[in-house]
Amino acid sequence: MQTASMRSAYGESLVEIGQKNKNVVVLDCDLSKATKTSLFAEKFPDRFFNMGIAEQNMMSFAAGLASCGKIPFATTLAVFASMRPCEQIRTSICIGNMNVKIGAPYGGLCTGENGPTHQCIADINTMRGLPNMTILAPSDATSCKACVLWAAQHKGPVYIRVLRDNEPVIYSKASEVDVLSGNRLKDGNDIVIFSNGFTSHMAVVAADLLEKEGISVTVHDIISVKPIPEKAVISMAKKCGAVMTVEEHNIYGGLGSAIAEVVSQKCPVPMKILGVSDYFSDSGSHQSLLQRAGLTVENIVKQTKSLLNKKE
Amino acid sequence: MVDTINKNLVSFLEEKATELRINILKMIHAAQSGHPGGALSAAEIITTLYCHEMRINLDNQRDPDRDRFILSKGHACPVLYSVLAMKGFFPIEELATLRKINSRLQGHPDMKKTPGVDFTTGSLGNGLSIGIGMALMGKLDKKDFRVYVMLGCGELDEGIVWEAFMAGTKFKLDNLVVIIDYNKLQLDGDNDEVMPLEPIVDKLEAFNWNVIRTNGHDFNQIIKAFAKARETHNKPTVIVADTIKGKGVSFMENKVDWHGLAPDDEQLKIALEEIRGS
Repeated sequence: MQTASMRSAYGESLVEIGQKNKNVVVLDCDLSKATKTSLFAEKFPDRFFNMGIAEQNMMSFAAGLASCGKIPFATTLAVFASMRPCEQIRTSICIGNMNVKIGAPYGGLCTGENGPTHQCIADINTMRGLPNMTILAPSDATSCKACVLWAAQHKGPVYIRVLRDNEPVIYSKASEVDVLSGNRLKDGNDIVIFSNGFTSHMAVVAADLLEKEGISVTVHDIISVKPIPEKAVISMAKKCGAVMTVEEHNIYGGLGSAIAEVVSQKCPVPMKILGVSDYFSDSGSHQSLLQRAGLTVENIVKQTKSLLNKKE
Repeated sequence: MVDTINKNLVSFLEEKATELRINILKMIHAAQSGHPGGALSAAEIITTLYCHEMRINLDNQRDPDRDRFILSKGHACPVLYSVLAMKGFFPIEELATLRKINSRLQGHPDMKKTPGVDFTTGSLGNGLSIGIGMALMGKLDKKDFRVYVMLGCGELDEGIVWEAFMAGTKFKLDNLVVIIDYNKLQLDGDNDEVMPLEPIVDKLEAFNWNVIRTNGHDFNQIIKAFAKARETHNKPTVIVADTIKGKGVSFMENKVDWHGLAPDDEQLKIALEEIRGS
């Protein structure tokens, strides 16, 4: 299985858009070596601003830059980017629909060994409550690049949830990635799995295993959690008659909730939300934490079968 | 040059400040909600900014080369709306719509709704960070506009303000002027009781800003302070302006209860008589 680093893709993509557009500026809170904004800093030192360990100031500062025509990518670890300055994101960025991009590497459980303070399972829900915010959760390095390119040309705030290293490669070219509608990774008729981030490749592997048992599964990689691609969700839910969601996030307020909001109102079918079941985890490897959450290929297979039993 | 300030200018500004106070009280009375105390304390500073100090462009309100003003203490917005109406950004009559549904004049400043408002504020503490972003952009693009941020004194309790003071020093923003409306009161009482600020000048000097202390109701001093800020290079300026909350209305002056209280008909009448008479 080929893998690539999403945070590196994030940093490299910033350099790419920085070359094309001189209004792109990058901010970081003393984590540039981890978030890979250091790549941009080396290339464009005059357009990189290290704001120190001060996330709140970074977000309102970014809004000030944006109000004068700059396109700031305010970057720090997802858990700090989404929570410490949440209020500044609301007041200074979202109310005025400012053109600020929030780059948030280390989303999900990939900071495992650092413990629950650094694990990020409540960023999507936090951002989802903010009008004007677009939320992107790419699933590999290629789609991460697609998200950065998309965000740079979109007018308005965007939160990009980036992961870390060694994510399995799903897409070969950024131009093939449909950021807003999501992408069908596998086509089937019995059940649709909506997924994003690190769990999308798991869903594909699980679907392949299920196929061998005669169960036909659609896997759709939802990159844009907000706006949720409603038409695609409805049509696949109707076609398959059962919906499962898989995400590296709290089961409350993330992708599963966004899908459920559509399914329950527009096309009610049996549904299962798979994710972190509303608890803070402990220090441990990424793999061990995924295991604890039930975010494994085996559990996706098991949950799919159990959901199919509920289908009329 | 700054030692000889035109007497005509001062009396012109005094007249304008009186007009602002009248409109502040009328609009808060019409809304029957709002924050008169901290709007009245800022009247001379705001008047000086908009009628003397700042470069604004009524023909092109979003002129990229205009000076910017951020009212970080957003609840004092009646003073900002009054001056914007006076300058012609929108009709004076619109002030009576303050805080009402469908009005362009929100309870706290909204850049998307109100002509002339340079940035949205209301939640305390964020304005200086925004101003630093604007001022840095000016430096990056070699623009000569200046950025003015007004902070309330209670607002200095917020941690983000001190993050921003550090960043202002780092980026050597001599195109940035902060004015602290130091009326020494906040919602629950004296700054000293709620969260002591002193020694405020020492603190700001320790952050390596150019610190100017001034009487925030004396036009001569305010004009000089802004002129001194223009002469300062490689560091931002903060003007600590001693003011009186509720200034101009005897029963509101230094009374914390008038932080967020609207006058009734009788109180408005007395207040307007006082202001017009003074």
